[in-house]
Amino acid sequence: MTNHWVDIKNADVVLIMGGNAAEAHPCGFKWVTEAKAHNKARLIVVDPRFTRSASVADVYAPIRTGTDIVFLGGVVSYLLANDKIQHEYVKNYTDFTFIVREDFTFTDGLYSGYNAEKHSYDKSTWDYEIGPDGFVKSDPSLTHPRCVYQLMKQHYARYTPEMVARVCGTPQAKFLQICEMMASTATPTRAMTIMYALGWTQHSVGSQMIRQGAMVQLLLGNIGIAGGGMNALRGHSNIQGLTDLGLMSNLLPGYINLPSENEQDYAKFIAARAFKPLRPNQLSYWQNLDKFVVSLMKAWWGDAATAENNWAYDYLPKLDKLYDMLQTFELMSQGKINGYICQGFNPLAAAPNKAKMNLSLAKLKYLVVMDPLATETSEFWRNFGEHNDVDSARIQTEVFRLPTSCFAEEEGSLTNSSRWLQWHWKGAEPPGEARSDLRIMAEIFTRMRAMYQSDGGAFPDPIVNLSWPYAHPNDPSPQELAREFSGKALKDLADPKDPTKITRKAGEQLAGFAELRNDGSTLSGCWIFCGAWGPTGNLMARRDNSDPTGIGQNLNWAFAWPANRRVLYNRASCDPSGKPFNRDRALISWNGTAWGGADIPDFKADEDPTHGMGPFIMNPEGVARFFARNTMAEGPFPEHYEPFETPLAVNPLSPKEPRALNNPAARVFDDDRKAFGKPAQFPHAATTYRLTEHFHYWTKHVRLNAIIQPEQFVEIGDALAKDLGIASGDWVKVESNRGFIKAVAVVTKRLRALQVDGKTLHHVGIPIHWGFKGLAKPGFLANTLTPVVGDGNSQTPEFKSFLVRVEKV
Amino acid sequence: MADMTRRQFLAVTGATLAGSSLALLGFSPAAAIAEVREFKLARATETRNTCPYCAVACGIVMYGLGDAAKNAEASIIHIEGDPDHPVNRGTLCPKGAGLLDFVHSPSRLMYPEYRAPGSDKWQRISWDDALGRIAKLMKQDRDANFVAKTPEGLTVNRWLTTGMLAASASSNEVGYLTHKVIRSFGALAFDNQARV
Repeated sequence: MTNHWVDIKNADVVLIMGGNAAEAHPCGFKWVTEAKAHNKARLIVVDPRFTRSASVADVYAPIRTGTDIVFLGGVVSYLLANDKIQHEYVKNYTDFTFIVREDFTFTDGLYSGYNAEKHSYDKSTWDYEIGPDGFVKSDPSLTHPRCVYQLMKQHYARYTPEMVARVCGTPQAKFLQICEMMASTATPTRAMTIMYALGWTQHSVGSQMIRQGAMVQLLLGNIGIAGGGMNALRGHSNIQGLTDLGLMSNLLPGYINLPSENEQDYAKFIAARAFKPLRPNQLSYWQNLDKFVVSLMKAWWGDAATAENNWAYDYLPKLDKLYDMLQTFELMSQGKINGYICQGFNPLAAAPNKAKMNLSLAKLKYLVVMDPLATETSEFWRNFGEHNDVDSARIQTEVFRLPTSCFAEEEGSLTNSSRWLQWHWKGAEPPGEARSDLRIMAEIFTRMRAMYQSDGGAFPDPIVNLSWPYAHPNDPSPQELAREFSGKALKDLADPKDPTKITRKAGEQLAGFAELRNDGSTLSGCWIFCGAWGPTGNLMARRDNSDPTGIGQNLNWAFAWPANRRVLYNRASCDPSGKPFNRDRALISWNGTAWGGADIPDFKADEDPTHGMGPFIMNPEGVARFFARNTMAEGPFPEHYEPFETPLAVNPLSPKEPRALNNPAARVFDDDRKAFGKPAQFPHAATTYRLTEHFHYWTKHVRLNAIIQPEQFVEIGDALAKDLGIASGDWVKVESNRGFIKAVAVVTKRLRALQVDGKTLHHVGIPIHWGFKGLAKPGFLANTLTPVVGDGNSQTPEFKSFLVRVEKV
Repeated sequence: MADMTRRQFLAVTGATLAGSSLALLGFSPAAAIAEVREFKLARATETRNTCPYCAVACGIVMYGLGDAAKNAEASIIHIEGDPDHPVNRGTLCPKGAGLLDFVHSPSRLMYPEYRAPGSDKWQRISWDDALGRIAKLMKQDRDANFVAKTPEGLTVNRWLTTGMLAASASSNEVGYLTHKVIRSFGALAFDNQARV
């Protein structure tokens, strides 16, 4: 979230799209209710299903799954055509005026530089025009035909209300009503928040859907203000924190990309990420990158990381490609992965195409599962009838199942959607012989280290030299680790302006990332968390819930990264002179000498606003981008492509170009492409989701939840049920080209037939929560049905749009 | 009716309005010998924690028996929303309201187990045997397949044949240590639930 849960109460308009907060995040959704009750906010819900969020909405619009870019592109087109934009905001705080290179083109759904064989782009033309002064050229009059404003207007002119109705199946009148409601927040004093979740991320164009939402918010001046923002409602209690800490194939802690194998030179690795300003007097904060990297390397390799060895740069593995989950399971299916560790993760249930997962896991030599619960993955080798029909004797994988503690039995911090790191305390011992994940990971490491120390082996250096200063080497404490990722001084730190003054003594915790140095004198395992455990102690454990400004900032509750800031980009809540756009909901302001107020300024604290520094300090332009330059796989502007399993034969936005039917820049493996189904055989659009009563694949192990929602079901609309002769309570078989599930049918008015491209289309709703382990009645894993294709940027699987056929059993 | 016990009296008066008027007619029960049962949570230890499900991260209060003394084994007996928490203000959803049954789920794993190649059952093993065997398998695989340099001579120091999926509800401290350990081995096939 750019903003945070409590801040939703400040919104005047709430858009829930690509999510269903009332059911998936019920206690967060209360703040929507609060906004409606006390701020007269109006709630818009756009979803293929009439969800419980929709049931309390002022306006609900149905949409065909996977077509959100058409809907939001239509909104962009409406706002531009009707001049419903926050002029002062877009002109000063976005790239509206910037001029794009002449050789950048867009024709029939494809951008310049497309390579059809590789399914990827040469992105060199996707950039601004740079002037002789080294800065981006701009046209404040907005008349230049290649300024971002004009290009965008032209790009989205095709996204008409008629096109929205035709592609999305959304009635035009509903669409226009929603456009008007959103447009009401183009004034400087009204705010709209967008709340989304996996309904946007789990598409082959998911990242672009989110960008398109952000573009709407920028046009309306809704980023950086109270009650605004782009608010990703994360699905698990700490996937925010684990992503912040870089537990991804290609990341280091703090959103630093791991080097690729072509980056052999440390200085070039830094230079490629430490962006130089693209406009005069911009902060371009990533210029501080080397301080973050050196402090990380000191945290990991201590004295072995020196200036002479480029801070142990060779210890970092170098990428030749992304080894995300889908890539890894592809390699596993080819027999190229020997060992796998699943820590609190149940991929047999959570990854697409269960049949492929079963085959892949069976090719492993060893599988290690660490979990508090008996998961499906840990028993993938056991026959559970048609729910998991395998022959144990033929599966040669050695499996270890290690019992771990759960939340109640451990201490530490979790990072929620609001970016709050909240400390929690231990209430009991784990059952039986269960151990904490810390103890298990530490002992795997110390055993490996001991073997490398005594016997040697392949490149032992990063293992034997790993900094391991913990009092109990086999059981590091959460406190030790939190202090380490937060950071401390390794030597006395002198004030750069006055070297006689020591600002921080050796060994002291640091107050924030501004204290980090690139000379090896500081240590911090995750720069964005720096200060979470500061010189005054553990700020994550703070429990002062006071709210002196009344806008729900709670600055003394826990710690929000970065720098305890609650609303990102909050400089954009003020006009260029530093006065709040909305005095009633002011976050910060300029008092003539400094920035301050109800939040930690997301800006240089003493920067005079008249000097023109932009509010988006992480971007080298200093402003937000409508034109994404080369940062996205598919192109600089979001463009609609159909889901990989689509009921349509052509993309109505690019009817002449078959290569633009689906995401042209998606990575699809051959076996997975062959497993896609066609609408002739599988005519129904399917989507998966969570229920109010269950959490993921966990609560089927929980008695109370297994009682209130005991049995697997699928939802089908009245009209489809009538066509197929299905009554509520009948058993149905839902089949995709990859497998089938059987479940009880719930016939409902909540899923209505849509008119799409002149034909009637039915959706089938598939809740995900059942499996062959647990207390609830045994059922099929929903991912038996889903296709293996990821978003072109994040490789998040397309669980929200695929094709099935429903029949009565 | 005059020698009705206290428990029977409560049952009758609790059940009907007519019953409650019995007391007015003079049918009061014999004096209670035992004290009124103490409120169950009064002697419990309160521990602040966070709901491990979605990322609203509602504050919870866990009530445990046992006073944290060395020989008193704690057991969580009740979990409710933390009224001080600025987001959930004491409330919980139908998922969070069942948390106690997560802690005490019959699916909780109690000891390390091993499934041999081709077998259709688990066998119990010790932590020492499990971790010893895992570390040995990992080292064998790493030593056999570690890529220090590409054929072109680029230094890459990567290990691609063992991968890991990290958790989604483990703490930042667990995540940090897990990342530190896994990257020191040179692993790249490493993701967490955020990928999904």
